[in-house]
Amino acid sequence: MSELSDFDDMYQEVIIDHYKNPRNSKKLSGNYDETKAHNPFCGDEIELQLIISEDRIVEKISVTGRGCAISQSSGSLMSDSVYGKSIEEVKNINLNVRAMLKDEELSDEDLDSIGDSYAIEGVKKFPVRIKCALLSWAALKELIDKY
Amino acid sequence: MDLERIRKDFPILKTKVNGNDLVYLDNAATSQKPKLVIDSLVDYYENYNSNVHRGVHTLSVKATNEYEKSRSKVREFINADKDEEIIYTRNASESLNIIAYTWGSRNVNKDDDIFITPFEHHSNIVPWQELCKNKKANLKYIPLTESGDVDLDKFKSMIGTKTKLISITHMSNVLGTLLPVKEIINIANSTPAVTVIDACQSVPHMPVDVKDLDCDFLCFSGHKMLGPTGIGVLYGKFDILNEMPPFLFGGDMISEVTYEDAKWNDLPYKFEAGTPNIADAIGLGFACDYLKNIGMENVWNHEIEIGEYIFSKFKSLDNFEVLGEKSKEKRGGVVSFSHNKVHPHDIGSGLDQFGVAIRTGHHCAMPLVRSYGIVAASRASVYIYNTKEEIDIFINRLLEVEEYFK
Repeated sequence: MSELSDFDDMYQEVIIDHYKNPRNSKKLSGNYDETKAHNPFCGDEIELQLIISEDRIVEKISVTGRGCAISQSSGSLMSDSVYGKSIEEVKNINLNVRAMLKDEELSDEDLDSIGDSYAIEGVKKFPVRIKCALLSWAALKELIDKY
Repeated sequence: MDLERIRKDFPILKTKVNGNDLVYLDNAATSQKPKLVIDSLVDYYENYNSNVHRGVHTLSVKATNEYEKSRSKVREFINADKDEEIIYTRNASESLNIIAYTWGSRNVNKDDDIFITPFEHHSNIVPWQELCKNKKANLKYIPLTESGDVDLDKFKSMIGTKTKLISITHMSNVLGTLLPVKEIINIANSTPAVTVIDACQSVPHMPVDVKDLDCDFLCFSGHKMLGPTGIGVLYGKFDILNEMPPFLFGGDMISEVTYEDAKWNDLPYKFEAGTPNIADAIGLGFACDYLKNIGMENVWNHEIEIGEYIFSKFKSLDNFEVLGEKSKEKRGGVVSFSHNKVHPHDIGSGLDQFGVAIRTGHHCAMPLVRSYGIVAASRASVYIYNTKEEIDIFINRLLEVEEYFK
C-alpha cells in the first residue's frame, strides 16, 4: 500500500517491525512492579512490568500484551524509549508523547527525548487510533506516578 | 431490482473516501439515505415547519397531517392493525427501555423469569439486567445447540408460570442469522409471558408482519432503514399498550390537567410526551415509501444473494473465520469475521484507506463476540445499494491489508 501516504505514516516500517518482533517482551523475575492496561472496546491489552533501581532509574522493563499493531508496537517502542532513563525523564517523555499525538508544538529537546517512540507520530492523523497508541503509556504513567 | 437506478437515489454513494469510491458496508450500524428522505426533511423545515397537534393555523395542520400520515405508513409497513399501536421514540433502545420501565415495572416481580438469547445487542440485554436487579427477578438465556442455534426443546423445559417476558432479536446484528421467532413466540404463548422482538436488523431488510408473528411488542430504529437518525418505533398490541402506565410525563401526553392531577391522553400520544421529532418521523414515512416501492421481498432476496456471495468468498480464504459459520439458520447480508493474526482495528483502518467502510469492535454484543474466544471482530453488512463488484473490491482490498500486516 505504498501509494497511501497517510496510512504508511501511521504504520511505518518500524511500527510493523516492532509489532512483529516486540522488544523487551520477556517477563521479569525478582522484585518488580506490575500493571495491566485494557481497552474494553477493542480488547487491546498491555501488561507492563518495571524494576526501578535505588537511584530511580528504569533498570528493567517488560511489555507484553495482545491487540492491534498500533497498541502493541507502541508498547515495544515505549520500552526502548524509557529503558535506562530516570523517573523524572520518563515522566517528561510520557508528557511529550501525549503532546506529540495531540499535535502540540514541541521543542527540539522534547522531541529528542521521545526517542524511538517518535515512530508513532503518524497516528495523530487517525484520531480514533490515538487511544491504541497511548495504552502502554497509560500503564507506564500508572506505575511511574507512584515514584 | 434496478441496482443502477437505486444507487443513483443515494447521493452519498458519489462520495470519495481517501481518494477512492466509497464502498459502504456498515449498514447494520446505520444505512445511507435516499434523496427522497433527505428532501422530505428540507421540505418540512423550508415549507411547513410548525408544531403538531395543537395549532389551528395552516402550517400546524399540515405538519400534523404529515406526521400522522407517516405513522400510518409505518403501521402499514409492518402490517399492524391500528395507528395507535405505533409509538414514535428516538430509537429501538428507547423503545425497549419503555417496555422495561412501564410494562416491566408493573408486571415483573421477585423470582419471575425474563428470557433473552445469547445473540442480543446490548440494548436488548442491559434494560432487562436493570429491571431484574430492581425486581430481584432472574434474567435467563435461551440455551444453544451445538451448531450455535437456539435450542427450542431445552427452552420449552425452562419456561412456566414464572416466565413474564421473552425478548429476542429477529436477526443477529453480528452473525446475520435469523432466529426462529415465530416458534419462540408460539412456545411463549403457553406462559403468561409477553413477547418482545428486537427487529432492528429485520424490518429494514425483509418483510415483517406483526400480525403473522403475533408478537406483543416489536422495536426498531428508523436510521437503519433509510430513515433519519433520532426516530424509532415501538409497536405494541393495543390492549397491552393501553394498560401500560406512561413513561415520560409532560405536554401532549395528557388529556386534562388540574393543579393537583392529570389524566393521560389516548394512545399513541400517552407515550409521546413533549414536542416529538416531527421532521424525522416524516422522513421515516418516506423511507417506508421508498422500500415499499422496491418491495421488501426484493430487498431481502438481494441481500441474501450478496450475503451468500460474501460468505462463499470467505470460505475460500485461509486465516479468516466467519462467526457463526456452523449455524443452520437462514442468513441475511451481515457477515462478521476474524483473522488469526491481524487485529480488526488494523483491518478496519486499512480498508478505510481504500474507501471501504466496515465495522470493527464488539458490535455492541460483547458477550456474544467473547463467546467466540475473541474480543473484537470485523463486520461487513449490506443493503439494497451494494453490488457484487463492491464485494470484490472489499475482498481484494482485505487481502492487500492482510499482506501488509503479515
